This record gives sequence, structure tokens and C-alpha cells, in this order.
Amino acid sequence: MRSETPLPLKLFAGAGLAFLLAPLLIIFVYAFTTEEKSFVWPPPGLTLKWFAVTWERPDVWKALGLSLQVATVSTVLALVLGTLVAAAVSRSRFFGRETISLLVILPIALPGIITGIALRSAFSILDIPFSFWTIVLGHATFCIVVVYNNAVARFRRLSGSLIEASMDLGADGFQTFRHIILPNIATSLLAGGMLAFALSFDEVIVTTFTAGQEQTLPLWMLEELIRPRQRPVTNVVALVVVVVTFLPILLAFLLTRDGDETAGAAK
Amino acid sequence: MLWRRPGVFVGTLLALPLAWLGIVYIGSLVALLVQSFYALDDFSGVIVEEFTLATYGALLRSSNLDIILRTVGMAVAVTLASAVIAFPIAYVAARHARGRWKALFYLAVMLPLWSSYLVKVYAWKLILAKEGILTWVFARLQLTPLLEAVLSIPVIGGNSLSVSYIGTFLVFVYVWLPYMILPTQAALERVPANLLDASSDLGGRPLQTFRHVTLPLALPGIVAGSIFTFSLTLGDYIIPQIVGSSRLFIGQAVYVQQGTAGNIPLAAAFTVVPIVIMGLYLWMAKRRGAFDAL
Repeated sequence: MRSETPLPLKLFAGAGLAFLLAPLLIIFVYAFTTEEKSFVWPPPGLTLKWFAVTWERPDVWKALGLSLQVATVSTVLALVLGTLVAAAVSRSRFFGRETISLLVILPIALPGIITGIALRSAFSILDIPFSFWTIVLGHATFCIVVVYNNAVARFRRLSGSLIEASMDLGADGFQTFRHIILPNIATSLLAGGMLAFALSFDEVIVTTFTAGQEQTLPLWMLEELIRPRQRPVTNVVALVVVVVTFLPILLAFLLTRDGDETAGAAK
Repeated sequence: MLWRRPGVFVGTLLALPLAWLGIVYIGSLVALLVQSFYALDDFSGVIVEEFTLATYGALLRSSNLDIILRTVGMAVAVTLASAVIAFPIAYVAARHARGRWKALFYLAVMLPLWSSYLVKVYAWKLILAKEGILTWVFARLQLTPLLEAVLSIPVIGGNSLSVSYIGTFLVFVYVWLPYMILPTQAALERVPANLLDASSDLGGRPLQTFRHVTLPLALPGIVAGSIFTFSLTLGDYIIPQIVGSSRLFIGQAVYVQQGTAGNIPLAAAFTVVPIVIMGLYLWMAKRRGAFDAL
């Protein structure tokens, strides 16, 4: 028994969708503009020239490479840690369970600048020099929650009787994990991993505090936003980043169709 | 073997992640907190490592208090606006969208959510710039005087939208909106249909049903979303830097103090403000059951 949606509500929702999607479409147009100096709209002409120019830029490639490496390592770490917490929290009841789930959410619930400056002051107290690993340390910390969210949802649906049956049939813990648990949680880990990757690939606030001299792609872009050097190249990089992040989202969507979607992603 | 001793088993599972979060994250937070009780020696510019409350006292100086109030005000405004804009979208997506529309709604929320944060800010810079799209749209619609009238409002107006508080506000709302939509939608999807039927069977008009059944049940979701919008606005320093006036927000103040000014204690004291606010906020949200909606 469904009541008809009131028209104003539909209009509101439609306007909301336009508001959400339009700015991203604009990026597509600007990547092809012939205008070099300003943000003039509508574009005076369209060209493919800037794609070639961007392709030749070593600084863009270097930043992209670093971002991909950081995202890969952080995702692997977050997968291990996040799955362990999810397994513990969902398979048993113990004292302090609530506190632990809060602890996992904390790096996301607190503003990124706090995580960033906290890590930075810890590094300076311990005399740890900035490097690739200091970036990873920060990224892995806030990626745990994304993996955890996806894995917890799946663990809750995994019935305990399967595991008990496996044990009764003489499998040891490791075999049970390999043949029962892992196949059951694989897709949710894949989804969580991809979201973690996208999150890390895009992170800028924590990274500004932990990167030192290294430059990830978002940091490169931030510098371009503050002190523009060549606007059209920034436009092209922006377009590429939109396209690259779109793919993992689509895959994650297809993998977790049954609706254990996560909202745990903060910048 | 491990299964027979659940305590040991859980302990083994948790050892590594807890060590990580405990040492890396909580350790860092504690380090930060400790620093906020030190102070900078005004003459030598060296951080004196002795316990003092002077740095917190400095937060109450009018220039610093302004920064805090401005940031909290912006966070409140952004949260309220997000809730108002997100609700219809979440409602239609949860209750009425089917098939192709459902997919479109999903995409419209997920794409902006997962698109690069900087790309979104950049897109808005393009939209709000003086020679950008909005100016052009207003000119096309013969509404340029309206835009100029809005920009001439003191305090929130400015030279163009991209250097005004209105611009900052718009970008904040855009960037955090998906975080409000998702939990609200999740809460609305969990409202049992038979409750709505019961309400109308008992003679409740649609608006009454909405007020007394739908809204109270959706509230935890809205509160959950507000945790994100509020917290993210409190800590962001990039949006006000790129789109906005020259007046600072907490995030920028932290960045300036720890970077160019080298005043780590004051930067740390500044970050304690959002931590305290969010701590209270999370505690209240927990009591309202908002975490079940995440």
C-alpha cells in the first residue's frame, strides 16, 4: 500500500540530485577548454591539447605513482587490522566491546586535522623523520574503519553453525578460516578494500601533516589550487581523478548489491 | 584449539589492531593533549615544557574566540542546511524510488561522496568564480542585480561568491551532503510500513503520520549524519582557504600556528576545542541511539 509521492517532494529530490551531480559534470567540460588563464564560462573553444601536455609532466606522474603506492600499502594494512577487529567484535561478546568499536570509528569521527596534527606531534616527539611510511601510518589508521564497517556487516550474517560444523568435522582454526570464513567474507573485504583505496588515494588533510617533502597527487592538486601554475593541466588531472575513483565505486556497488553499504568515509 | 577458550581467541584477534590504534592513534592524541598544556616563551620563541594553562587562556582572547565562534556557527549552519536538503532526497530514495530511479539516486549520492574532495572544491571554485558559471547564469536570467544584492550583504557577502562566506557555506554543504543522506536514508528504510498503515488506519492524515511516526523514527539517522557534517566542518581548513574570505576558521588557525608561527601548544589547544565539542556531541548522539543508524 504505497501512497503517491507528493509532487513538491519529488521536485525537491530532483533538484537535490542535480545539485549533487552538476558540479562533477562541469569538470568534464573544463578539461577540454581552450582558455588558459581564467575560469571563463562558457568555454571559448574545445581542444584535446591539454591531455598531451599533462602526459608529458613528470611531476604529475611522480605524484600519481606515490599516491598509488601509499594507497596500496595502506589498504593492505587496513584490511588485516580491520578484519581482525570485525571478527572479534561480531563473533563474541566481551567487556569493552563498545569501546573498541568506538575506538575504530574515532579516526573518522574526529576531524582529519586532529589526526594529522596528533601524528605530527608524535613524530616530532619521537624524532621520526617524514617519509613514505609516515604517510602510510596515517592513511592506514583511518582506512581501518571502512574495512571494519564492511566486514562487520558480513560477519553478522555469517552463521555460527557453519563454523561449528567445520570444527566438528575436525578442521583446525586455520582450515576453517581458509575454507569457510574467507570465502564468505571475500566480497565484503574486496569492497571494503576498494573503498579504503579510494579514501587513501584522495586524502589530503592528514597527508599535509605527515608528508614532509613527498607529494601525493592530492597534495600536488592542493598546491595548484593555492598557487596556480598551469590551470588547464589541473583541469585534466581533476578529470582523470574523477574517472579513476569512479571505477572502484562501481565495482564496490556491484559487489555489495545486497545492501551492507557503508557511510564510513570522512576526509 | 583457540575456539575452546573464547577469551584467548578474542584477545589474539584484537592484539594487533588494538596495539596499532592504541599506540599510533591514541598515543598521538595524548601527545597532542600534553603539548596543549605547554606554552611558547614570547621572548625566545621556544616551547617551555612546563605545565601551564596559559595557552588555554590565550584561546579566550577575542581574536581566537572569534575564530572558534565563527567555525561553530558555520558548522551549525551547514548541518542544518544539509539536514533540510538531504531529507527529501533520502525520503524519495528510501520510500518511492524503484529500479532505474533507485540506481540513479544511489549513483547521485555515491559519486560525489567518493569523488576526490579536492576535485569537488575545485569544481565549485570554477562555478563560483567571478567570471564563472553562476555569474553567467544570473546574467542570462537577467538576475545580475539580485546576485549583486546578495554579495553586498555585510559580513557574509564579498567581492564575488568565491571569496565570501556564502561561497564557503555552499561548498561545505555540497561536500558533506552525502554523509547526511546515507544515514537518513538508512533510517527511513527501516521504518516499518505497517506502522504507517496503522497510523492512517487510525485516521492520521499524511502530515500527522509524518510528524508523529516517520520523523521521530528517522531522527537517529539525521543525528548520525549530523555527526559527520558537524565534525568535518569543524576541522576543515582547505575549503575556507580556497573558497572564502581571509578570516580564519579553526582548522586554518591550527595550520598557521603549527606551521609558520611555530606555536605548537596553541595549535594543540585549538584542536582540543573540536575534540571536546565532538566528545559531547557523540555522547549525546549515543544516548539518542544514533549509532544504530550508521
